[in-house]
Amino acid sequence: MGKTKGMPEIKLVLKPASDGQLRKTGGKACCGGPVQAEWTTGTIVTPAGPVCRVSTTLTRADKWGNFKCRVSSFRDRYSVSPGLYAVGEPGMASDVFVSANYKFSFDMLRRELSGMNAWILVLDTKGINVWCAAGKGTFGTAELIERITATRLNSVAGKGRLVLPQLGAPGVNAGEVRKATGFKVCYGPVRAADIPFYVAAGHKASGEMREAGFGFMDRIVLSPMEIIPAMKRYPLFALIILTVFGLDPRGIIFRDAVSGGLPFLALGLASVLAGAFLVPVLLPFIPFKSFAAKGWLAGAVVILPGIVALSPMSRTLILAACIFFPMASSYIALQFTGSTTFTCISGVKKELKAALPVYITSAAVSVVLLLAYKLMEWRVFLFLK
Amino acid sequence: MRYITGGITLKMLAGKCTGCGMCLEVCPHGVFRLEGGRALIAARDRCMECGACEKNCAFGALSVSKGVGCASALIGSMITGGEPTCGCGGNGGGNCC
Repeated sequence: MGKTKGMPEIKLVLKPASDGQLRKTGGKACCGGPVQAEWTTGTIVTPAGPVCRVSTTLTRADKWGNFKCRVSSFRDRYSVSPGLYAVGEPGMASDVFVSANYKFSFDMLRRELSGMNAWILVLDTKGINVWCAAGKGTFGTAELIERITATRLNSVAGKGRLVLPQLGAPGVNAGEVRKATGFKVCYGPVRAADIPFYVAAGHKASGEMREAGFGFMDRIVLSPMEIIPAMKRYPLFALIILTVFGLDPRGIIFRDAVSGGLPFLALGLASVLAGAFLVPVLLPFIPFKSFAAKGWLAGAVVILPGIVALSPMSRTLILAACIFFPMASSYIALQFTGSTTFTCISGVKKELKAALPVYITSAAVSVVLLLAYKLMEWRVFLFLK
Repeated sequence: MRYITGGITLKMLAGKCTGCGMCLEVCPHGVFRLEGGRALIAARDRCMECGACEKNCAFGALSVSKGVGCASALIGSMITGGEPTCGCGGNGGGNCC
């Protein structure tokens, strides 16, 4: 977005810190909060003071930041300052779109407001996305009322519509907001990408716009954040496996650790792949409603070739592998319930009630079998000696 | 996609419903339908117990035990004895959403 005629332009433009957080390091603050950043294009003057105008085009830095959110814990510190922002040249009757102060959410919104004159009201959700923050109550009635009051929104956009993302509804009581501020809350579409169509349709969302889908791309972009946490535990698993297989009455034998442990390490990787990648990606195609069952099935199918490769090994070890690895996939797949758009707490409780005893028993039996294998191995060793 | 639905806690007190349609507006899974000037639960098995309908019903016609459908949060609450909340937020950390 270029320079807008008649609007004062701030020359001092601060770069946001590498984590996306805007810090007050000398820049001119708007409404006591936001500071000029790479994605702002100046300020506009309002009865409530200067308000930063934001670009509706994402820069390479924005896109890189958003990508890092998908693949790392970078998202835990990727926030913008709460407060009021402007898009284009908004006035008293312009729409006010409400967002979270997670920069990814904020970026997804401003990107869709191209060509519009609107306000963006960013709530302090502690850097969390709209839906999760609504569940926690930080994207909530009290914060919205407080933010409307703090930004003196009535004097800036008193005749405008307050458009909230539909997924903010679990945290916001529209009636209370109206009573406290006079603003009528309109729930916009689930996805920011539908906002231009929602506005064009006279602020009406179609049934499709109101549905929280969970398509292939939604699932695949979430899979890195399933794989990475699972893989964080993998070094510990590898250490235990190599130690157990290398353990010998003479000490730890490196050759035995590698030759015995490697097939198990490969099976461990396969079970992570099954639970953290295949289950999310193939979710609708794997039988059962239960994520634990889906994970167990995917794990069993994926480790089958590995079990065949283990066939020259002890039957005790094969049995341990058959019990442990599908169970590990099942546990990992169960964690994906937290990332979906349709699982309910009562269902997850049911799953856990059934699955947790199975997990505990399976883990215990696997350990006992592994110990039995080691004892048998050592007895053979001592006997031969 | 459908999930395990046997224990869904969503309830409607039909006598209190005025047919304003707010529940249809906030529900992300099309659980409700308007019929004869009143809302009714048309697809209970699609409810994810997010609580948006209860929160926004001005007439107290809906009730649901809302919560996060997240195994990690529930396991965490079993360990700590606290309320199940997903790990994201506040002081960072967490693998959710």
